[in-house]
Amino acid sequence: MTVLCLVEHDASGVADASLRALSFAHGLTAGAGVAAVLFGPADEVPRDLLASYGATEAHVVEPGHLPGYAPQAWARVLAGLATQASASAVLAAATDRGNEVMAYLGAIMDLPMAANCLATEPGEGGTHQVVRQRWAGLLLEDAHLDSSPALMTLATEAIPAAAVADPGGGSGTALTVHPYQPSLAEGDLRVRATESAGHTSGASLATARVVVGGGRGVGGPDGFAPLEELAGLLGGVVGVSRVVTSEGWRPHKQQVGQTGTRITPELYLACGISGAIQHMAGCAGAKHIVAVNTDPGAPILSHADYAVVGDLREVIPALVAALRARSASP
Amino acid sequence: MEILVCVKRVPMVGGKIVLTGDGEVDTRMSGFTISPHEECAVEEAVQITERLGGTVSVLTLGPPAAADQLRESLALGAGRAVLLETDGREWGPMATAAEIVAEVRRRAGEGDGYDLVLCGNEAADTGDYQVGIRVAHALGWPSVTGIKSLEVTGTAGSGERPPGPPRGPEGPVTSSRGLGREPGDGGTGGWQVRAGREYRGTEESFEFGLPAVITVKEGINLPRYPSLPGRLRAKRAVIERHEPTWQDEGMRKQALRVPAAERKQAEVLGTGADAVPALMRVLEEWGVLP
Repeated sequence: MTVLCLVEHDASGVADASLRALSFAHGLTAGAGVAAVLFGPADEVPRDLLASYGATEAHVVEPGHLPGYAPQAWARVLAGLATQASASAVLAAATDRGNEVMAYLGAIMDLPMAANCLATEPGEGGTHQVVRQRWAGLLLEDAHLDSSPALMTLATEAIPAAAVADPGGGSGTALTVHPYQPSLAEGDLRVRATESAGHTSGASLATARVVVGGGRGVGGPDGFAPLEELAGLLGGVVGVSRVVTSEGWRPHKQQVGQTGTRITPELYLACGISGAIQHMAGCAGAKHIVAVNTDPGAPILSHADYAVVGDLREVIPALVAALRARSASP
Repeated sequence: MEILVCVKRVPMVGGKIVLTGDGEVDTRMSGFTISPHEECAVEEAVQITERLGGTVSVLTLGPPAAADQLRESLALGAGRAVLLETDGREWGPMATAAEIVAEVRRRAGEGDGYDLVLCGNEAADTGDYQVGIRVAHALGWPSVTGIKSLEVTGTAGSGERPPGPPRGPEGPVTSSRGLGREPGDGGTGGWQVRAGREYRGTEESFEFGLPAVITVKEGINLPRYPSLPGRLRAKRAVIERHEPTWQDEGMRKQALRVPAAERKQAEVLGTGADAVPALMRVLEEWGVLP
């Protein structure tokens, strides 16, 4: 039974999240075929890359048939392919688009859709046992999914991308590419994306190597200058907790958390942040966390590697001075 | 402009999530709130009707106590509230969407059809990411998710609202005829929306005609605090109640658990500015100093 997997592109080519989704799909098929579904020119399909992550086939919808992003039309394509291939499962990374397209697919096929799955095992009679994230990953749900095909999006930040040992099932054959001509229904193209060329911000919070976080302890909208200075010296950016944006101290685009940005820096220096779980859901991907807090009992300390107990208005200027002294002396 | 905002009552969680003995989120110490994206959906709806006129209705599906979240929304400026009262069991997204569709059809049948349904992008607790799209699909309306900016332009069109009763069988329909609205682009007159969101560092936008379902994300606006008159009005408001029947839908929760994360406790480097030399050594060791 075929497993279909939506493959998205980003500026660097195939999105990393989609490679992780392919790896997951490969694990699910126990060696049988994984069919990637792509939207774009057929001659640009990276056959070797997709094959190395477990895809044996690729269904490609060319721009001539469906230009750009139209979520309902993309879902119509997946529905058509799922029926044509009698797919046992249709998967996508739980990206914004992945969740959107798979929700449409669930609606079109009138089937449940399990969002943000981490693991699945086949159960009795074509059913699936799934583990999925709730509360942005702070809780896990064990669920029984009785649906054919099974529709799932994958919490790919928690799933490794693993190249497979035997691309093409060991036969050495390259990935087969099938052009697919969708038959769209009325209304499928009513909602289509127009992308602007301009970028929304400079240094991106999501990809910053260092994030200096500020919370309620910063005290007000005027307290962020030292944090900005520190972030500048460390080559990073400022991120804030939800209370800071809901008080209007800083714009929402700086929020780290379940309802803001998920960050993945080498260092997250959290200043005056108590560590509410909605915030911690956004910095679970940080490699190292240091907390600066007046309260040694703050919840953030049970997520941090190191802590400085004290007032950030004293600690940050001292740290800024130390960094300046270091760069001044060779 | 008639707007329906769908909100969800969720536990207000602080520093950590604790599960009760029977595996549900322990709310004895925390209380409940409106799921964050939906608080912004209420604010957005109120702002739109302040500009263009009309009414904001707010709906929730939940236990009797979910009336609290409806009153919170009324205090922010919603004018009407509908409680789809449950027996406390958790509802899945398919059955929830079907009940919202039933409300949209009910309202159309009364001659006051909704022009716009707003939801949150995803609920804070279950995170299913799909109720809005399922509602739109069943009604044959366009839909887009994760919206961070919304402009509504145009007029209410001819002003005629054919009140005809819902047509066709329950379940998905591909036309909204009978709901008093013609969806999509290419209609003459009526409301148009331009909905924007971020996509991998760029802005992408969608333009289509109402009626439609749009799910929004926190950051689209800064919700206001309720005014005193707002609170008083909310307290007195009559909430319309319906009692839908729970439906099984092919995905069943078996258990919730806290992931087995490694429990850390931060090593304290020191107090105040005296800790900075030790902190500098740690940052040096991690290779994060420029």
